[in-house]
Amino acid sequence: MRCSKVHPTAIPGADKLRLMSESARGEGGRVWVPRKPQDLRDPLTVPEAERFYFLEERYPKYKNLVPRDIATREIFDICVNEGLSVEKDRQCVYLDLTHIPKAELDRKLGGILDIYEKFQGVDPRTTPMKIFPAVHYTMGGLWVDYQRSANGGLQVGSPKNQLTNIPNLYALGECDYQYHGANRLGANSLLSCIFSGLITAPGIETLLKGQKQAASELPSSLFDQARKQHQSRHDALLKRSGGGENPYLIHQELGDVMTKAATVVRRNDQLTEALAKVHELYNRSKKCSLSDTGNWTNQNVVFTKSLLDMLPLALAILKGALQRDECRGAHFKPAFAFGSLKATEPAARRQEAEQWCDRFEANNAKWLKSTIAQWTGDDVELTYEDVDTSLIPPRPRLYGLVGAEDIEKVWNERAAKKAAEANGNGTPAAGKLAAAAH
Amino acid sequence: MSATHHDSHASNGHDDHGGHAAHPASFEVRILRQDGPGQESYWERHDVAYESEMNVISVLQRIAAKATTADGKKVAPVAWDCNCLEEVCGACTMVINGKVRQSCSALVDRLLEDRPGEIELTPMSKFPVVRDLCVDRSRLFRALSRVKAWIPADGYYDQGAGPRISQEAQESMYPLSECMSCGCCLEACPQYLKIELEQLDGESNEAFEKRKDEAYDRGFIGAHAISQAMLFNNNPTGQNNAAQRLDALMAEGGIQDCGNAQNCVAVCPKKIPLTTSIARAGRATTVRMLQKWFGA
Repeated sequence: MRCSKVHPTAIPGADKLRLMSESARGEGGRVWVPRKPQDLRDPLTVPEAERFYFLEERYPKYKNLVPRDIATREIFDICVNEGLSVEKDRQCVYLDLTHIPKAELDRKLGGILDIYEKFQGVDPRTTPMKIFPAVHYTMGGLWVDYQRSANGGLQVGSPKNQLTNIPNLYALGECDYQYHGANRLGANSLLSCIFSGLITAPGIETLLKGQKQAASELPSSLFDQARKQHQSRHDALLKRSGGGENPYLIHQELGDVMTKAATVVRRNDQLTEALAKVHELYNRSKKCSLSDTGNWTNQNVVFTKSLLDMLPLALAILKGALQRDECRGAHFKPAFAFGSLKATEPAARRQEAEQWCDRFEANNAKWLKSTIAQWTGDDVELTYEDVDTSLIPPRPRLYGLVGAEDIEKVWNERAAKKAAEANGNGTPAAGKLAAAAH
Repeated sequence: MSATHHDSHASNGHDDHGGHAAHPASFEVRILRQDGPGQESYWERHDVAYESEMNVISVLQRIAAKATTADGKKVAPVAWDCNCLEEVCGACTMVINGKVRQSCSALVDRLLEDRPGEIELTPMSKFPVVRDLCVDRSRLFRALSRVKAWIPADGYYDQGAGPRISQEAQESMYPLSECMSCGCCLEACPQYLKIELEQLDGESNEAFEKRKDEAYDRGFIGAHAISQAMLFNNNPTGQNNAAQRLDALMAEGGIQDCGNAQNCVAVCPKKIPLTTSIARAGRATTVRMLQKWFGA
């Protein structure tokens, strides 16, 4: 829950920041800003030498194809820290496809380019698009279990697969926390939809075969009670007297606080401040009053209920992010980032790489864990769960670091040594728990 | 009463746009409201402060937050449907300044250029109003089920490789697959008339649904369903049910009710070649009829 994917390339809008698909970068889109801050010239007239292709310069190996979290961070950095946003009042950079033939763009990217044109009124085939990162995905969700098989995989047909902590309640697809780790990878929504669907059905079949009682045979009081609980929550909301807090405005404030403190860059001072602010919003939300107290297509009460549910989630995200003093995937805390190697002399550099790897291992021992948040009625309680890394051991992510090759060399030597030891002992070390996401 | 603007449906709202004019501090939004099915509709005026990058969805969000009319009267927020906000789901379709279109892709700057200072919102007139700008489009989906607008395939068992689809067939099918069941083509169609029934005293929900479906089935099926029938009849797997789809198009309310006004193709936000589909369906149903006569 603590990690959010912030999509690097989104189209600004008052109601929603619309995604510009990653395929625009994939098909050769170049991200740049004019070297001169807020250069007002038509972008097509800015000479090559006066353009800053910052992803290409900073990541010569990957160029515009760096992973999303890195692209996001760099675009954020260029606008917020370097002050190189294309526009003065709004943060944005160019995503440029104008060097690609129009026919090829229409064939490969027609749909997404039409969306840009529709919502911005500008043709991206002839004018560079203006984009900025936007929140897109939560690398977390409902905790679900799975049955580990003897060889460390997943036992197909087990009713434990995708089972939440509520008996017989299954969560599958984007609402569960599996697969993503701290970073969302391309097409992972398809994975969670198709794979979870595929493995859950046989498990539920097993469950039903072993079930002695059908839901319809349970005492009706069980259902009546649950229904009554929600009906009384609903009725109480409708009965609230006017003049209280406006749920739409609290929602707006919540969005502003969360976007500022818990998205691209996270700092403990900002997270602490945001946590206090969201606690305040949470208390204020208890006094929301409705502008529609009717019972027919009442979107006001639906909106308010959603808002009331968002606040515990916001608290869980902030608290999880505050406690986790490290960088992992999309969770980026610059104060705890592992920097590049500084030494130039080979022996010193080797020693520094060893220290880097020691630090990486120590950090994993502490933080290679899933954060589990539980709502206790008025606040969030956090616990941690180990990640099963028995099948794929973790390794450092070294994009753009000076000395990446040296670190990788040390790491590979250590991994080879560990593998040799494990083979000597017979079985590989097994992780404690099954869940793959953290 | 309800407002209809058939004369102005000829444009699909995707005109070329001029330059930006000076922005007003605020603008007025006139909304045709209705508290529930079968009730009287009434106009209400709201003042909305101008912001950049606004569309009609964000205007309705601001109106919901304020819940106060231009005259300072406290009112319930205006109800409207929306979902994807990217003009691919069709849920937010309504009549904006006299043109049926999606409210997500209706940009305020463009609307104010066309009609300075004011935006007019009314629900679609061909579907029963649920509340305010929300309408019940179930007749539209009923028509899709009549023509079996799907491919019957059980994905749980491995049935082996399906038939290959040529690049050419794919390219002709793709535009038809962009239909999002929004209802614009039906709102603009002179043959598609509103059908609205009320539940009778003592009538069960099942009996009411059945009576509604029967009434819907007597009305014109609509361009969207004809086009979807052509899409699935063109698909190598979908072809297995081609005859059934054609029979549905030849039943009461079928393709013979099309009056060839060609409004549908003019208003379609996805620019689907609906009249081409209708022409193809016309030929295919004629062939089907001859085959049936001669027992082929």
